Amino acid sequence: MSAVNAATVRPIEPTSSLPSLVPAPSSLDPESREWLQSLRASGRERDEAIARLHALLLGAARFEVARRRPTLPHLRGGDLDDVANLAADDALVSVLRRLDDFRGASRFTTWAYKFALYEAAVKLRKRAWQGREVPLEPENWGMFASAGLEPDTEAEQSELLATVQAAIEEVLTPHQRRVLVALALNGVPIDVLAERLNTNRNALYKTLHDARRKLREHLDERGLALDNSEEN
Amino acid sequence: MERPDFKQALGRLLGPPGPEVGCEACFEELDRYVELEIAGADPDAAIPGLRAHLDGCPACREEHESLYAFVSGKQTL
Repeated sequence: MSAVNAATVRPIEPTSSLPSLVPAPSSLDPESREWLQSLRASGRERDEAIARLHALLLGAARFEVARRRPTLPHLRGGDLDDVANLAADDALVSVLRRLDDFRGASRFTTWAYKFALYEAAVKLRKRAWQGREVPLEPENWGMFASAGLEPDTEAEQSELLATVQAAIEEVLTPHQRRVLVALALNGVPIDVLAERLNTNRNALYKTLHDARRKLREHLDERGLALDNSEEN
Repeated sequence: MERPDFKQALGRLLGPPGPEVGCEACFEELDRYVELEIAGADPDAAIPGLRAHLDGCPACREEHESLYAFVSGKQTL
């Protein structure tokens, strides 16, 4: 099995998959096989299967809405239910359109649920930022502030931070800088930025990945320790 | 004593140090990854680079958390 190359985060391709173990279609579990058969049928059987699938997707979308509800105090219950219904509708369209992409690597319902959860999450992120300006200039350097440090540690952190700030200005392209600052510093959701910049999540993450790699290489060349910096 | 804020903030800015997949590949594999997790298998061996992506991408991380919670909750009902 080959490792994924860090330098080439792959672009969005509808049929992309990792070079890993994928079961053949014959390994489908009975329930998944039944879902596929009924959704590929015609007439009443297909209509009933679609209705059952929509109900499952709506349940998943409502689950996601409920999870995020505390972070969305300005949205009323009716608004949230509208989001869940819209997410389920859009997820249903995606699932039916991509039915042939289902490889049986998981149960069919798990595969389908991810579409509903994704649609609900994206819609809620966008609702939360509706009407808000997306900050593209650094706003949150304060999150790097630490108090009560030993003088040596404080000096080391100050040097590292100054080098990072200079590298962001000098090493990155304007687009990389804008994407890195908005996503990784200012906390703009990637779907929101993608919409504002008329691009998509995967393309933005590729830009973010390239920017991060440049910064890491720049710091490494200067012998600045980044141990544990992957902690989140 | 050093507060963790600086390292965490730097980690968020610089992302994961190792190889990682992109958002599209993450979405494609997320259902299999979650089922392997729930089964107690080793999803990181089966799908290299996905865990690193979850560390670096808050949106995909949230969707992974949701799918894991939803599917594992269904199985315990």
